[in-house]
Amino acid sequence: MTKADIVEKIYEKVGFSKKESAELVETVFDLIKSTLEEGDKIKIAGFGNFVVKEKSDRRGRNPQTGEEITIVARKILTFKPSQVLKSAINSQ
Amino acid sequence: MTKSELIDKLVEVRGALTRKDSEAVVSMVFDAMSEALTAGDKVEIRGFGSFTIRDREPREARNPKSGEIVSIPSKKTPFFKTGKDLRERVNNI
Repeated sequence: MTKADIVEKIYEKVGFSKKESAELVETVFDLIKSTLEEGDKIKIAGFGNFVVKEKSDRRGRNPQTGEEITIVARKILTFKPSQVLKSAINSQ
Repeated sequence: MTKSELIDKLVEVRGALTRKDSEAVVSMVFDAMSEALTAGDKVEIRGFGSFTIRDREPREARNPKSGEIVSIPSKKTPFFKTGKDLRERVNNI
């Protein structure tokens, strides 16, 4: 499934034009992205939570050369699926 | 930001959109993704990320209260991989 399939569903079921549906879906994802970019989390009941986590420096190894390197601190996005979604996926 | 706040925000940025319609759109976005994943499909949203289903092997674990060994059957779990664009934005590169 891609964004185009979601647009199609909104066009069919909610009744906006294709152009409006596409713009609305784009805006929804833009809002989610800018919220996460600011470090805020997104909590969608029944789906899951997107949380930005801070990772500190850690030592790693280049798996090809075996050389020790420092993996610098960074922020990463994590997704924790809701129990509802996990159960639905396993009920199939 | 919760789903309800996201619905409000969509009304705020899109003039002439009722809250009811905004709710229908936001709900449909997540319902459509849930349905696809439940059907075993993957979901790919360009610029955002992709969701796939991963299989978890069956394993033996212990009930921490009774110490009893229980076998946990294989499970499926949704996995999200952040898209490159969003990964960089979140890390403020």
